[in-house]
Amino acid sequence: MPKIKYIEHNGKEHDVDVPVGWSVMEGAVKNLIPGIDADCGGACACATCHVHVDAAWTDKIPPKQDMEETMLDFAQELTPTSRLSCQIKVVPELDGLVVRMPKSQH
Amino acid sequence: MAEHFVIVGAGQSAAQAVATLRAEGFAGVITVVGDEPFAPYQRPPLSKAYLSGAMERDRLFLKPDAFYADARCALILGVAAASIDRRQQKVSLANGRVLSYDKLLLATGTRVRRIPVAGACLPGVHYLRGIADVDSLRPGLVEGQRLAVVGGGYIGLEVAAVAAKLGLEVTVFEALERVMARAVSRGLSTFYEREHRGAGVRLELNTGVEAFKGEGRLAAVRAAGRNHPADVALVGIGVIPNVELAKDAGLPCEDGIVVDDCARTPDPAIFAAGDCTRHTTHDGALVRLESVQNAIDQAKHAALAMVGKPTSYREVPWFWSDQYDLKLQIAGLARAGDTLVLRGDPAARKFAVFHLRNGAVAAVEAVNAAPEYIVGRKLIAGGTKVAPETLADTSIPMKNIA
Repeated sequence: MPKIKYIEHNGKEHDVDVPVGWSVMEGAVKNLIPGIDADCGGACACATCHVHVDAAWTDKIPPKQDMEETMLDFAQELTPTSRLSCQIKVVPELDGLVVRMPKSQH
Repeated sequence: MAEHFVIVGAGQSAAQAVATLRAEGFAGVITVVGDEPFAPYQRPPLSKAYLSGAMERDRLFLKPDAFYADARCALILGVAAASIDRRQQKVSLANGRVLSYDKLLLATGTRVRRIPVAGACLPGVHYLRGIADVDSLRPGLVEGQRLAVVGGGYIGLEVAAVAAKLGLEVTVFEALERVMARAVSRGLSTFYEREHRGAGVRLELNTGVEAFKGEGRLAAVRAAGRNHPADVALVGIGVIPNVELAKDAGLPCEDGIVVDDCARTPDPAIFAAGDCTRHTTHDGALVRLESVQNAIDQAKHAALAMVGKPTSYREVPWFWSDQYDLKLQIAGLARAGDTLVLRGDPAARKFAVFHLRNGAVAAVEAVNAAPEYIVGRKLIAGGTKVAPETLADTSIPMKNIA
């Protein structure tokens, strides 16, 4: 199972195994990692699962679709590596992925 | 003795309330009672990804089991609550067990409205509210089969979209003159009717279903004096709030358990949140919302009130629906008499309808139009006045309107 490192805004790190086919958001929520709210449960409807993908990994993740791009446009603490974690599907190639959570999702 | 908070209902509100109670430092005991045999799970995917098979059951659960263990929250599942004794502060369960509470949160949700016509109990006639409903409906959704959807609301149309994609012959019967009449403005209904027809779905508007026909199992739907052959039917004609516990205990109910803006009932020990409630909004309207947003936000306010920090619930309501590749996102509550402003072109399958009230943005319905939705939410929250011609002008980016 791919291992993903989630880093909270305060620097606390969480390494968890996330099943292939799940989203990066689900990996966090199902492992009780704080910092990702995901109110809509992954429907790309709420923009409360914003993460900053580690620069070493941005090329390995499929690009954003329009909907994600525009939802993110209005997120707080937007960076060039910002993604909605519900839209990143976990595949074996993402073993070792590192994402950081912003200070707030709202 | 430690304080005991009891939550009746094990849905989205219950899960949120447990999280917020603990985040607020509540140190007592929490017990959640639910009549379904499942820990709190997400309902929205039931008529979408879970129905289509794209999402397996494990992924529906809102929290892992460890969450409840960590929160020292006992889950009593598969058992309904039977009655509340407000004087003694006790809840009796259907299995005879009695729980004493210091504070009680009613998060009892809704149940489906049954259709009162002949043949409604025939095998093959389904409803959709819980996991068990989908598990019984899904095996019948086989390519080439004929599905009759009764009710052209969110549930009916989402199921129609999934079934059409699976290759079923789908007919939707809607008693009113347009689909989603209760939820969206006329232009949106027209747009969605065209999309469904384009996907091969037959829409029978102004057509109430009179009976289900069949010998031992469903064979046809009787509507407009005619038998429409059907192998499987899905009835989605709305839900009824589960108010009986509250009502029998003498709490005010009015198509929903009536609560104030802090999710409090008149009984200082009893609170309510989610689909089962009717609450006063900041502008004085009494509304009952059926949504994830309301379940989450109202539960947060209920939990805050339960720990002695009541705060007014003022979050802007929001909703969404996925049908085909169309994402409908709605914020705010539309009212008759609002001025409607169209932004974008429905033919491009990317547009929004803004609702202005006294010049301020009161609601927005966005189809594949996230900027309009997100900015709309902000404008609604701020009570911002925007000129209709500005909203309609797509050469002005939404960012510049915010």
